[in-house]
Amino acid sequence: MSAATKRNPSAMDRRRFLQDAARVAAGCAVAGMALTKFATDARALPAQAIRPPGALPEEDFLAACLRCGLCVRDCPYDTLKLAELGLDGPATGTPFFTARDIPCEMCEDIPCVAACPSGALDKSLTNIDDADMGLAVLIDEERCLNALGLRCDVCYRVCPLIDEAITLELSHNQRSGAHAIFMPVVHSDACTGCGKCEKSCVLPNESAIKVLPVRLATAKAADHYKLGWEDREPLLDELIDLPDRLPGPGTDNLVAPGGFYDTMPDPSMEGGFNPGFNLPGTGGASQ
Amino acid sequence: MSETRKLPVGREAIDEKGWWKAHRFLVLRRLSQAVFLGLFMLGPWFGIWWVKGNLSASMTFNFLPLTDPFITVQMLAARHWPETTALIGAVIVAVAYALIGGRVYCSWVCPINPVTDGAHWLHDKLGMQKGWQPKRATRYWVMAMVLAVSALGGTVAWELVNPISMLHRGLIFGMGAAWSFVAAVFLFDLFVSRRGWCGHLCPVGAFYGLLGARSILRVSATKRADCDDCMDCFAVCPEMHVITPALRGTEEETPLILSADCTNCGRCVDVCAPDVFRFTTRFDETPAPARAARRKPKHQSTASRAA
Repeated sequence: MSAATKRNPSAMDRRRFLQDAARVAAGCAVAGMALTKFATDARALPAQAIRPPGALPEEDFLAACLRCGLCVRDCPYDTLKLAELGLDGPATGTPFFTARDIPCEMCEDIPCVAACPSGALDKSLTNIDDADMGLAVLIDEERCLNALGLRCDVCYRVCPLIDEAITLELSHNQRSGAHAIFMPVVHSDACTGCGKCEKSCVLPNESAIKVLPVRLATAKAADHYKLGWEDREPLLDELIDLPDRLPGPGTDNLVAPGGFYDTMPDPSMEGGFNPGFNLPGTGGASQ
Repeated sequence: MSETRKLPVGREAIDEKGWWKAHRFLVLRRLSQAVFLGLFMLGPWFGIWWVKGNLSASMTFNFLPLTDPFITVQMLAARHWPETTALIGAVIVAVAYALIGGRVYCSWVCPINPVTDGAHWLHDKLGMQKGWQPKRATRYWVMAMVLAVSALGGTVAWELVNPISMLHRGLIFGMGAAWSFVAAVFLFDLFVSRRGWCGHLCPVGAFYGLLGARSILRVSATKRADCDDCMDCFAVCPEMHVITPALRGTEEETPLILSADCTNCGRCVDVCAPDVFRFTTRFDETPAPARAARRKPKHQSTASRAA
């Protein structure tokens, strides 16, 4: 027997090692899967939970946030909180605020960003007006007092970027037929998502205007869309030069459909320009 | 030997050295744990903001940044390069523990330590079986798993479940349901696995252990020749396998406890009536004669069973 153990120890060791390694690797794989599930779930940031100014996009934020709470400590208005397990939606220990409770007061020195040791709150944010914590959306036009034709204006008045982030757009009140509607309109380029409008909405409980994550609150124009009144450069300038339709009697007669005779006018205009129609009072064109 | 076994662990040391000398490092350790937690609680409780943050990262006197190096490593695995502040903090902490022993964090600072020590105390009182004892190396596998999940998931993975952060941050910022993680560790250590969490699984301890593998501060069984085999040091040591090579070593083998697993808690120093152990540095070359050989095979088996 001693001879057998003497002859085989390495085989036994190897067998045992492989068994142990398989056991611990399997255990770690199971635990790792659970942890990965946990990590994936933690990404589901609720819409009402707003990250502090300068926060990286959520996925990067969770790679960067130390969950130390230094931003919370340096927030002078107790706006920021660290998420508590089971009570708050964001990943446990990460900072957020709920606009309806305490909105961001948009401190000029941005102490939360200054306090962040890890860069989860991006130090390149130096002007709080450039913050992009979310986007206010007038979410219930049926109950917004201004939308009903009354003059509440509170969200507009409290907006730190009044007349930039929120404007009141005047329109005719069809219901009364005699009054105006001062519709609050949020402009995404200026809105920082501070949530002061949501906080101050006079409606009980839920606010008619809410700060939503930018990804939820904005649509994206298709790449080929073009607002002609904003961008006067023709879309296909370099590809096709369509003949310009000229005003005059020739444009809609059958002799010269499109305003031209059979032969195109010489584009070089050599020998002067000879329109294919007669302008009133100028005499007939020879051709 | 049967006589000494009748005595409760540590009784002999109290009788010979007095209560204080037999509990010195235990009391100091609890004090240290209380002080480290207390410094963080000064702010929320009394409005004295000397230290802000928590064990994950903190700022002391608005000047000294400290960052958990294990979180920093996970962050790097998740491909986020932190700001200089966090990096400096991590380097300071890493250097400090590399000098005094990485697992000093476990025994002198970590807020989970009183929880698992409490579980172990109750475990002893209830006379429970030691239960599931995973291999010592398991924690390194767990650590590797955590780093892998961090890298693949692009997130600081362990902080989603780390009971240390859950407890420490919870006490400072609000607990929520984080108690459940602390309770789970307590129950695990009590019913499932003796010394299971800190001794076998916790990847934070594994990381700090590696960090302090070459640390200066060490416990040494300098007077191992005086050992009377009472086994009290094995009974109190949370990582009892670290003692044997030093205590039972031969003349040529060092009496220093050099294992990365040793937490430098100093409880063995307390509990040893003949004062075999003491704190020293790894460069200490005081000659330490080995114990006279006695009843060797019998003892080995008893020791390993106790261990």
